[in-house]
Amino acid sequence: MGLLAFFRRTPPTASVAKERLRIIVAQERTNRGGPDYLPLLRRELFEVIKKYVNVDADAIQVNLGKEEGHDVLEFSVALPGSESRA
Amino acid sequence: MTLETESTVQSPAAQAESAAGSAPASVANASGLNAGASRLTEIIVVTSGKGGVGKTTTSASLACGLAKRGKKVAVIDFDIGLRNLDLVMGCERRVVYDFVNVIHGDCTLKQALIKDKRLDTLYILAASQTRDKDALNVEGVRRVLDELIADGFDYIICDSPAGIEKGAHLAMYYADRAIVVVNPEVSSVRDSDRVLGLLSSKTYRAEKGDTKVKEHLLLTRYSPRRVATGEMMSVEDVKEILGVDVIGVIPESADVLSASNAGTPVILHSQSDVAQAYEDTVRRLLGEDLPLRFLQEPKRGFLARMFGG
Ligand SMILES: Nc1ncnc2c1ncn2[C@@H]1O[C@H](COP(=O)(O)OP(=O)(O)O)[C@@H](O)[C@H]1O
Ligand SMILES: [Mg+2]
Repeated sequence: MGLLAFFRRTPPTASVAKERLRIIVAQERTNRGGPDYLPLLRRELFEVIKKYVNVDADAIQVNLGKEEGHDVLEFSVALPGSESRA
Repeated sequence: MTLETESTVQSPAAQAESAAGSAPASVANASGLNAGASRLTEIIVVTSGKGGVGKTTTSASLACGLAKRGKKVAVIDFDIGLRNLDLVMGCERRVVYDFVNVIHGDCTLKQALIKDKRLDTLYILAASQTRDKDALNVEGVRRVLDELIADGFDYIICDSPAGIEKGAHLAMYYADRAIVVVNPEVSSVRDSDRVLGLLSSKTYRAEKGDTKVKEHLLLTRYSPRRVATGEMMSVEDVKEILGVDVIGVIPESADVLSASNAGTPVILHSQSDVAQAYEDTVRRLLGEDLPLRFLQEPKRGFLARMFGG
Protein backbone atom coordinates (compact mmCIF):
# COMPACT_ATOMS: atom_id res chain seq x y z
CA MET A 1 0.00 0.00 0.00
CA GLY A 2 1.34 3.44 -0.92
CA LEU A 3 1.51 6.36 1.49
CA LEU A 4 -1.44 8.15 -0.04
CA ALA A 5 -3.56 5.04 0.19
CA PHE A 6 -2.45 4.68 3.79
CA PHE A 7 -3.59 8.19 4.66
CA ARG A 8 -6.78 7.89 2.70
CA ARG A 9 -7.63 4.86 4.84
CA THR A 10 -10.45 3.50 2.73
CA PRO A 11 -11.76 0.60 4.79
CA PRO A 12 -11.45 -2.69 2.91
CA THR A 13 -14.95 -3.46 1.72
CA ALA A 14 -14.42 -6.53 -0.45
CA SER A 15 -15.22 -8.89 2.41
CA VAL A 16 -18.49 -7.04 3.07
CA ALA A 17 -19.39 -7.38 -0.61
CA LYS A 18 -18.65 -11.07 -0.54
CA GLU A 19 -20.76 -11.71 2.54
CA ARG A 20 -23.75 -9.75 1.16
CA LEU A 21 -23.51 -11.61 -2.12
CA ARG A 22 -23.30 -14.97 -0.44
CA ILE A 23 -26.62 -14.32 1.30
CA ILE A 24 -28.54 -12.74 -1.58
CA VAL A 25 -27.35 -15.28 -4.14
CA ALA A 26 -28.35 -18.17 -1.88
CA GLN A 27 -31.76 -16.58 -1.32
CA GLU A 28 -32.34 -15.93 -5.02
CA ARG A 29 -31.31 -19.45 -5.91
CA THR A 30 -33.92 -21.00 -3.60
CA ASN A 31 -36.61 -18.74 -5.02
CA ARG A 32 -35.55 -19.45 -8.60
CA GLY A 33 -36.64 -23.04 -8.81
CA GLY A 34 -39.73 -22.29 -6.75
CA PRO A 35 -43.19 -21.08 -7.62
CA ASP A 36 -43.62 -17.57 -9.06
CA TYR A 37 -45.75 -16.48 -6.13
CA LEU A 38 -42.90 -16.53 -3.61
CA PRO A 39 -41.94 -12.84 -3.94
CA LEU A 40 -45.57 -11.76 -3.69
CA LEU A 41 -46.20 -14.09 -0.78
CA ARG A 42 -43.20 -12.64 0.99
CA ARG A 43 -44.44 -9.10 0.37
CA GLU A 44 -47.95 -9.83 1.62
CA LEU A 45 -46.63 -11.60 4.69
CA PHE A 46 -44.54 -8.55 5.39
CA GLU A 47 -47.64 -6.31 5.16
CA VAL A 48 -49.56 -8.50 7.59
CA ILE A 49 -46.75 -8.84 10.11
CA LYS A 50 -46.13 -5.11 10.02
CA LYS A 51 -49.66 -4.56 11.38
CA TYR A 52 -48.61 -6.23 14.60
CA VAL A 53 -44.86 -5.81 14.94
CA ASN A 54 -42.56 -3.22 13.54
CA VAL A 55 -40.16 -5.36 11.50
CA ASP A 56 -37.87 -4.67 8.59
CA ALA A 57 -38.29 -6.48 5.28
CA ASP A 58 -35.01 -8.29 5.74
CA ALA A 59 -36.30 -9.86 8.96
CA ILE A 60 -38.58 -12.10 6.92
CA GLN A 61 -37.10 -15.19 5.35
CA VAL A 62 -39.10 -17.38 3.04
CA ASN A 63 -37.37 -20.56 2.01
CA LEU A 64 -38.36 -23.41 -0.14
CA GLY A 65 -36.66 -26.61 0.84
CA LYS A 66 -37.08 -30.33 0.59
CA GLU A 67 -37.74 -32.70 3.45
CA GLU A 68 -38.39 -36.40 3.21
CA GLY A 69 -39.40 -36.21 -0.41
CA HIS A 70 -41.75 -33.25 -0.31
CA ASP A 71 -41.33 -29.52 -0.69
CA VAL A 72 -41.44 -27.52 2.49
CA LEU A 73 -42.13 -23.82 2.62
CA GLU A 74 -40.36 -22.29 5.59
CA PHE A 75 -40.96 -18.87 7.09
CA SER A 76 -38.93 -17.18 9.69
CA VAL A 77 -39.42 -13.74 11.17
CA ALA A 78 -36.75 -12.19 13.34
CA LEU A 79 -38.52 -9.96 15.86
CA PRO A 80 -36.95 -6.65 16.81
CA GLY A 81 -34.78 -6.84 19.90
CA SER A 82 -34.44 -10.59 19.58
CA GLU A 83 -31.37 -10.15 17.44
CA SER A 84 -28.10 -10.16 19.36
CA ARG A 85 -26.15 -7.13 18.32
CA ALA A 86 -22.48 -7.52 17.56
CA MET B 1 -39.95 2.32 2.34
CA THR B 2 -38.06 -0.91 2.62
CA LEU B 3 -40.95 -2.61 0.95
CA GLU B 4 -40.67 -0.34 -2.11
CA THR B 5 -37.05 -1.23 -2.56
CA GLU B 6 -37.89 -4.86 -2.22
CA SER B 7 -40.60 -4.80 -4.83
CA THR B 8 -38.58 -2.92 -7.44
CA VAL B 9 -35.86 -5.48 -7.02
CA GLN B 10 -38.14 -8.41 -7.51
CA SER B 11 -40.74 -7.49 -10.04
CA PRO B 12 -38.49 -7.07 -13.11
CA ALA B 13 -37.25 -10.57 -12.45
CA ALA B 14 -40.74 -11.95 -12.56
CA GLN B 15 -41.49 -10.04 -15.75
CA ALA B 16 -38.35 -11.20 -17.48
CA GLU B 17 -39.05 -14.72 -16.41
CA SER B 18 -42.41 -14.74 -18.14
CA ALA B 19 -41.20 -12.81 -21.19
CA ALA B 20 -38.38 -15.26 -21.67
CA GLY B 21 -40.64 -18.21 -21.06
CA SER B 22 -43.08 -17.36 -23.81
CA ALA B 23 -40.64 -16.61 -26.60
CA PRO B 24 -39.12 -19.98 -27.47
CA ALA B 25 -42.14 -22.20 -26.89
CA SER B 26 -42.80 -22.56 -30.61
CA VAL B 27 -39.31 -23.77 -31.31
CA ALA B 28 -38.83 -26.32 -28.59
CA ASN B 29 -40.64 -28.87 -30.71
CA ALA B 30 -39.61 -27.53 -34.09
CA SER B 31 -37.00 -29.46 -36.02
CA GLY B 32 -34.26 -27.84 -33.95
CA LEU B 33 -30.83 -26.65 -34.79
CA ASN B 34 -28.47 -28.92 -36.67
CA ALA B 35 -27.62 -29.94 -33.14
CA GLY B 36 -26.49 -33.38 -32.26
CA ALA B 37 -23.10 -34.96 -31.91
CA SER B 38 -22.04 -34.67 -35.55
CA ARG B 39 -22.13 -30.88 -35.64
CA LEU B 40 -18.68 -29.34 -35.62
CA THR B 41 -19.71 -25.75 -35.09
CA GLU B 42 -19.63 -24.49 -31.54
CA ILE B 43 -22.00 -21.68 -30.61
CA ILE B 44 -20.66 -19.49 -27.81
CA VAL B 45 -22.67 -16.77 -26.11
CA VAL B 46 -20.89 -13.92 -24.35
CA THR B 47 -23.37 -12.75 -21.75
CA SER B 48 -23.59 -11.06 -18.33
CA GLY B 49 -26.89 -9.54 -17.29
CA LYS B 50 -25.30 -6.24 -16.38
CA GLY B 51 -24.31 -3.77 -19.08
CA GLY B 52 -20.88 -2.24 -19.58
CA VAL B 53 -18.94 -5.14 -18.09
CA GLY B 54 -16.96 -5.99 -21.23
CA LYS B 55 -19.09 -8.35 -23.35
CA THR B 56 -18.48 -6.62 -26.66
CA THR B 57 -14.77 -6.13 -25.95
CA THR B 58 -14.58 -9.84 -25.11
CA SER B 59 -16.63 -11.03 -28.11
CA ALA B 60 -14.38 -9.10 -30.51
CA SER B 61 -11.16 -10.34 -28.93
CA LEU B 62 -12.19 -13.97 -28.63
CA ALA B 63 -13.41 -13.98 -32.23
CA CYS B 64 -10.06 -12.56 -33.41
CA GLY B 65 -8.08 -14.94 -31.23
CA LEU B 66 -9.87 -17.97 -32.63
CA ALA B 67 -9.58 -16.70 -36.22
CA LYS B 68 -5.84 -16.07 -35.71
CA ARG B 69 -5.55 -19.78 -35.06
CA GLY B 70 -7.17 -20.55 -38.40
CA LYS B 71 -10.68 -21.19 -37.12
CA LYS B 72 -13.55 -19.98 -39.25
CA VAL B 73 -15.45 -17.60 -37.00
CA ALA B 74 -18.63 -15.54 -37.21
CA VAL B 75 -19.29 -12.97 -34.51
CA ILE B 76 -22.87 -11.72 -34.25
CA ASP B 77 -24.06 -8.55 -32.54
CA PHE B 78 -27.37 -9.31 -30.78
CA ASP B 79 -27.59 -5.83 -29.30
CA ILE B 80 -30.39 -4.69 -31.58
CA GLY B 81 -30.92 -0.95 -31.52
CA LEU B 82 -27.47 -0.10 -30.23
CA ARG B 83 -24.86 -1.75 -32.47
CA ASN B 84 -21.39 -1.53 -30.95
CA LEU B 85 -19.52 -4.56 -32.16
CA ASP B 86 -18.87 -3.07 -35.62
CA LEU B 87 -17.12 -0.10 -33.96
CA VAL B 88 -14.99 -2.26 -31.72
CA MET B 89 -14.09 -4.39 -34.75
CA GLY B 90 -13.43 -1.28 -36.84
CA CYS B 91 -15.82 -2.15 -39.67
CA GLU B 92 -18.64 0.35 -38.99
CA ARG B 93 -18.39 1.95 -42.42
CA ARG B 94 -18.71 -1.38 -44.19
CA VAL B 95 -22.11 -2.26 -42.72
CA VAL B 96 -24.65 -2.39 -45.55
CA TYR B 97 -26.98 -5.08 -44.33
CA ASP B 98 -27.45 -6.31 -40.78
CA PHE B 99 -28.76 -9.24 -38.75
CA VAL B 100 -32.39 -8.05 -38.89
CA ASN B 101 -32.21 -7.58 -42.67
CA VAL B 102 -31.16 -11.21 -43.00
CA ILE B 103 -33.94 -12.41 -40.74
CA HIS B 104 -36.53 -10.41 -42.67
CA GLY B 105 -35.22 -11.70 -45.99
CA ASP B 106 -34.10 -8.26 -47.25
CA CYS B 107 -30.75 -9.79 -48.21
CA THR B 108 -28.87 -13.05 -48.07
CA LEU B 109 -26.64 -13.97 -45.16
CA LYS B 110 -23.61 -13.79 -47.48
CA GLN B 111 -24.44 -10.18 -48.34
CA ALA B 112 -24.66 -9.22 -44.70
CA LEU B 113 -21.54 -10.96 -43.42
CA ILE B 114 -18.62 -8.54 -43.30
CA LYS B 115 -15.27 -10.16 -43.93
CA ASP B 116 -12.59 -8.87 -41.59
CA LYS B 117 -9.68 -7.08 -43.30
CA ARG B 118 -7.07 -8.40 -40.90
CA LEU B 119 -8.04 -12.03 -40.53
CA ASP B 120 -9.16 -14.16 -43.47
CA THR B 121 -11.47 -16.49 -41.59
CA LEU B 122 -13.31 -13.89 -39.53
CA TYR B 123 -16.78 -12.54 -40.34
CA ILE B 124 -18.98 -10.03 -38.56
CA LEU B 125 -22.75 -9.78 -38.60
CA ALA B 126 -23.76 -6.32 -37.39
CA ALA B 127 -26.79 -5.51 -35.26
CA SER B 128 -29.59 -3.47 -36.71
CA GLN B 129 -30.30 0.01 -35.41
CA THR B 130 -34.04 -0.46 -35.56
CA ARG B 131 -36.04 0.50 -32.51
CA ASP B 132 -38.35 -2.44 -33.01
CA LYS B 133 -37.70 -4.73 -30.06
CA ASP B 134 -39.35 -7.64 -31.80
CA ALA B 135 -37.10 -7.45 -34.84
CA LEU B 136 -35.42 -10.68 -33.80
CA ASN B 137 -37.28 -13.91 -33.29
CA VAL B 138 -36.22 -17.38 -32.36
CA GLU B 139 -37.11 -18.86 -35.77
CA GLY B 140 -35.05 -16.28 -37.62
CA VAL B 141 -32.09 -16.69 -35.31
CA ARG B 142 -32.22 -20.40 -35.87
CA ARG B 143 -32.22 -20.02 -39.64
CA VAL B 144 -29.15 -17.80 -39.54
CA LEU B 145 -27.29 -20.15 -37.18
CA ASP B 146 -28.22 -23.14 -39.33
CA GLU B 147 -26.88 -21.47 -42.42
CA LEU B 148 -23.59 -20.63 -40.69
CA ILE B 149 -23.35 -24.23 -39.51
CA ALA B 150 -23.98 -25.48 -43.04
CA ASP B 151 -21.28 -23.09 -44.29
CA GLY B 152 -18.73 -24.84 -42.13
CA PHE B 153 -18.05 -22.20 -39.50
CA ASP B 154 -16.07 -23.55 -36.56
CA TYR B 155 -17.27 -20.97 -34.06
CA ILE B 156 -20.24 -18.63 -33.81
CA ILE B 157 -19.81 -15.99 -31.11
CA CYS B 158 -23.01 -14.31 -29.97
CA ASP B 159 -22.43 -10.91 -28.35
CA SER B 160 -25.40 -10.55 -26.00
CA PRO B 161 -27.12 -7.30 -25.09
CA ALA B 162 -27.37 -6.40 -21.41
CA GLY B 163 -30.41 -7.41 -19.40
CA ILE B 164 -32.28 -10.66 -19.09
CA GLU B 165 -35.06 -9.84 -21.52
CA LYS B 166 -35.72 -11.02 -25.04
CA GLY B 167 -32.47 -9.97 -26.74
CA ALA B 168 -30.28 -11.58 -24.10
CA HIS B 169 -32.49 -14.62 -24.14
CA LEU B 170 -32.22 -15.04 -27.91
CA ALA B 171 -28.44 -14.60 -27.79
CA MET B 172 -28.09 -17.48 -25.33
CA TYR B 173 -30.89 -19.70 -26.58
CA TYR B 174 -28.91 -21.94 -28.94
CA ALA B 175 -25.58 -21.73 -27.15
CA ASP B 176 -23.39 -24.77 -26.58
CA ARG B 177 -21.13 -22.77 -24.31
CA ALA B 178 -21.52 -19.58 -22.34
CA ILE B 179 -18.92 -17.10 -21.25
CA VAL B 180 -20.40 -15.11 -18.41
CA VAL B 181 -18.51 -11.84 -18.21
CA VAL B 182 -18.38 -10.55 -14.66
CA ASN B 183 -16.73 -7.61 -12.93
CA PRO B 184 -15.68 -8.15 -9.30
CA GLU B 185 -18.45 -5.93 -8.04
CA VAL B 186 -21.73 -6.73 -6.26
CA SER B 187 -24.33 -5.91 -8.91
CA SER B 188 -22.39 -7.62 -11.67
CA VAL B 189 -21.93 -10.81 -9.63
CA ARG B 190 -25.59 -10.92 -8.68
CA ASP B 191 -26.70 -10.41 -12.28
CA SER B 192 -24.32 -13.12 -13.41
CA ASP B 193 -26.01 -15.52 -11.05
CA ARG B 194 -29.38 -14.67 -12.61
CA VAL B 195 -27.93 -15.32 -16.04
CA LEU B 196 -26.53 -18.66 -14.88
CA GLY B 197 -30.03 -19.54 -13.75
CA LEU B 198 -31.42 -18.71 -17.21
CA LEU B 199 -28.68 -20.70 -18.94
CA SER B 200 -29.69 -23.80 -17.04
CA SER B 201 -33.42 -23.39 -17.62
CA LYS B 202 -34.28 -21.22 -20.63
CA THR B 203 -31.97 -22.46 -23.34
CA TYR B 204 -32.64 -24.92 -26.13
CA ARG B 205 -30.34 -27.44 -24.48
CA ALA B 206 -32.13 -27.05 -21.14
CA GLU B 207 -35.58 -27.32 -22.68
CA LYS B 208 -34.65 -30.34 -24.76
CA GLY B 209 -33.05 -32.03 -21.77
CA ASP B 210 -29.82 -32.20 -23.76
CA THR B 211 -26.38 -31.95 -22.18
CA LYS B 212 -26.04 -28.66 -20.28
CA VAL B 213 -24.66 -25.48 -21.78
CA LYS B 214 -20.99 -25.33 -20.68
CA GLU B 215 -20.57 -22.35 -18.40
CA HIS B 216 -17.45 -20.32 -17.69
CA LEU B 217 -16.80 -17.10 -15.84
CA LEU B 218 -14.58 -14.46 -17.37
CA LEU B 219 -13.56 -11.80 -14.87
CA THR B 220 -12.85 -8.50 -16.52
CA ARG B 221 -11.71 -5.06 -15.36
CA TYR B 222 -9.78 -6.83 -12.63
CA SER B 223 -7.54 -4.65 -10.54
CA PRO B 224 -4.92 -6.68 -8.62
CA ARG B 225 -3.93 -3.57 -6.69
CA ARG B 226 -7.43 -3.04 -5.36
CA VAL B 227 -7.77 -6.73 -4.59
CA ALA B 228 -4.53 -6.52 -2.60
CA THR B 229 -5.85 -3.60 -0.53
CA GLY B 230 -9.14 -5.38 0.12
CA GLU B 231 -11.22 -2.93 -1.90
CA MET B 232 -12.14 -5.42 -4.61
CA MET B 233 -13.30 -9.03 -4.46
CA SER B 234 -10.74 -11.54 -5.68
CA VAL B 235 -11.08 -14.19 -8.38
CA GLU B 236 -11.44 -16.76 -5.63
CA ASP B 237 -14.25 -14.78 -3.95
CA VAL B 238 -16.27 -14.52 -7.16
CA LYS B 239 -15.65 -18.13 -8.08
CA GLU B 240 -16.75 -19.26 -4.63
CA ILE B 241 -19.98 -17.24 -4.70
CA LEU B 242 -21.01 -18.32 -8.19
CA GLY B 243 -19.60 -21.84 -8.14
CA VAL B 244 -18.56 -21.81 -11.79
CA ASP B 245 -15.10 -22.35 -13.27
CA VAL B 246 -13.04 -19.33 -14.35
CA ILE B 247 -11.79 -19.35 -17.94
CA GLY B 248 -9.84 -16.12 -17.69
CA VAL B 249 -9.10 -12.93 -15.82
CA ILE B 250 -8.71 -9.73 -17.82
CA PRO B 251 -7.03 -6.84 -16.02
CA GLU B 252 -8.39 -3.31 -16.00
CA SER B 253 -6.35 -1.36 -18.52
CA ALA B 254 -6.35 1.85 -20.52
CA ASP B 255 -5.34 -0.25 -23.55
CA VAL B 256 -8.98 -1.29 -23.96
CA LEU B 257 -10.06 2.28 -24.56
CA SER B 258 -7.27 3.04 -27.00
CA ALA B 259 -8.01 -0.19 -28.87
CA SER B 260 -11.68 0.68 -29.21
CA ASN B 261 -10.78 4.22 -30.25
CA ALA B 262 -8.74 2.73 -33.07
CA GLY B 263 -11.26 0.04 -33.99
CA THR B 264 -8.75 -2.73 -33.39
CA PRO B 265 -9.83 -5.53 -31.04
CA VAL B 266 -7.55 -5.28 -28.01
CA ILE B 267 -6.25 -8.83 -28.43
CA LEU B 268 -4.34 -7.58 -31.48
CA HIS B 269 -2.35 -5.12 -29.31
CA SER B 270 -0.02 -7.97 -28.54
CA GLN B 271 2.28 -6.18 -26.10
CA SER B 272 -0.58 -5.38 -23.73
CA ASP B 273 -1.45 -7.47 -20.66
CA VAL B 274 -5.08 -7.43 -21.71
CA ALA B 275 -4.18 -8.94 -25.09
CA GLN B 276 -2.16 -11.68 -23.42
CA ALA B 277 -4.95 -12.39 -20.95
CA TYR B 278 -7.41 -12.74 -23.86
CA GLU B 279 -4.92 -14.96 -25.75
CA ASP B 280 -4.75 -17.24 -22.71
CA THR B 281 -8.55 -17.33 -22.58
CA VAL B 282 -8.71 -18.38 -26.25
CA ARG B 283 -6.19 -21.15 -25.62
CA ARG B 284 -8.22 -22.39 -22.66
CA LEU B 285 -11.34 -22.36 -24.85
CA LEU B 286 -9.42 -24.60 -27.24
CA GLY B 287 -8.71 -26.99 -24.40
CA GLU B 288 -5.30 -25.95 -23.08
CA ASP B 289 -4.73 -25.95 -19.36
CA LEU B 290 -2.96 -22.71 -18.44
CA PRO B 291 -2.51 -21.01 -15.08
CA LEU B 292 -4.24 -17.63 -14.63
CA ARG B 293 -1.93 -14.64 -15.10
CA PHE B 294 -2.02 -10.96 -14.17
CA LEU B 295 -3.44 -11.62 -10.72
CA GLN B 296 -0.60 -9.75 -9.06
CA GLU B 297 0.01 -6.06 -9.16
CA PRO B 298 2.77 -5.29 -11.67
CA LYS B 299 6.03 -4.18 -10.06
CA ARG B 300 6.20 -0.43 -9.91
CA GLY B 301 8.96 2.07 -9.31
CA PHE B 302 9.81 3.40 -5.86
CA LEU B 303 7.97 6.71 -6.25
CA ALA B 304 4.86 5.09 -7.65
CA ARG B 305 4.80 2.74 -4.70
CA MET B 306 5.33 5.49 -2.14
CA PHE B 307 2.56 7.65 -3.43
CA GLY B 308 0.06 4.99 -4.41
CA GLY B 309 -2.02 5.48 -7.46
N1 LIG C 1 -10.42 -4.78 -19.22
C1 LIG C 1 -10.90 -3.53 -19.34
N2 LIG C 1 -10.20 -2.48 -18.85
C2 LIG C 1 -10.68 -1.22 -18.97
N3 LIG C 1 -11.82 -0.90 -19.59
C3 LIG C 1 -12.57 -1.89 -20.10
C4 LIG C 1 -12.16 -3.26 -20.01
N4 LIG C 1 -13.10 -4.03 -20.61
C5 LIG C 1 -14.06 -3.17 -21.06
N5 LIG C 1 -13.75 -1.90 -20.76
C6 LIG C 1 -14.52 -0.69 -21.09
O1 LIG C 1 -15.80 -0.81 -20.51
C7 LIG C 1 -16.79 -0.27 -21.36
C8 LIG C 1 -17.86 -1.31 -21.67
O2 LIG C 1 -17.29 -2.36 -22.41
P1 LIG C 1 -18.15 -3.21 -23.43
O3 LIG C 1 -17.27 -4.30 -23.96
O4 LIG C 1 -18.82 -2.33 -24.43
O5 LIG C 1 -19.22 -3.82 -22.42
P2 LIG C 1 -20.66 -4.49 -22.70
O6 LIG C 1 -20.64 -5.02 -24.09
O7 LIG C 1 -20.73 -5.56 -21.66
O8 LIG C 1 -21.68 -3.43 -22.49
C9 LIG C 1 -16.07 0.21 -22.60
O9 LIG C 1 -15.88 1.59 -22.48
C10 LIG C 1 -14.77 -0.53 -22.58
O10 LIG C 1 -13.75 0.22 -23.20
MG1 LIG D 1 -22.04 -4.69 -25.72
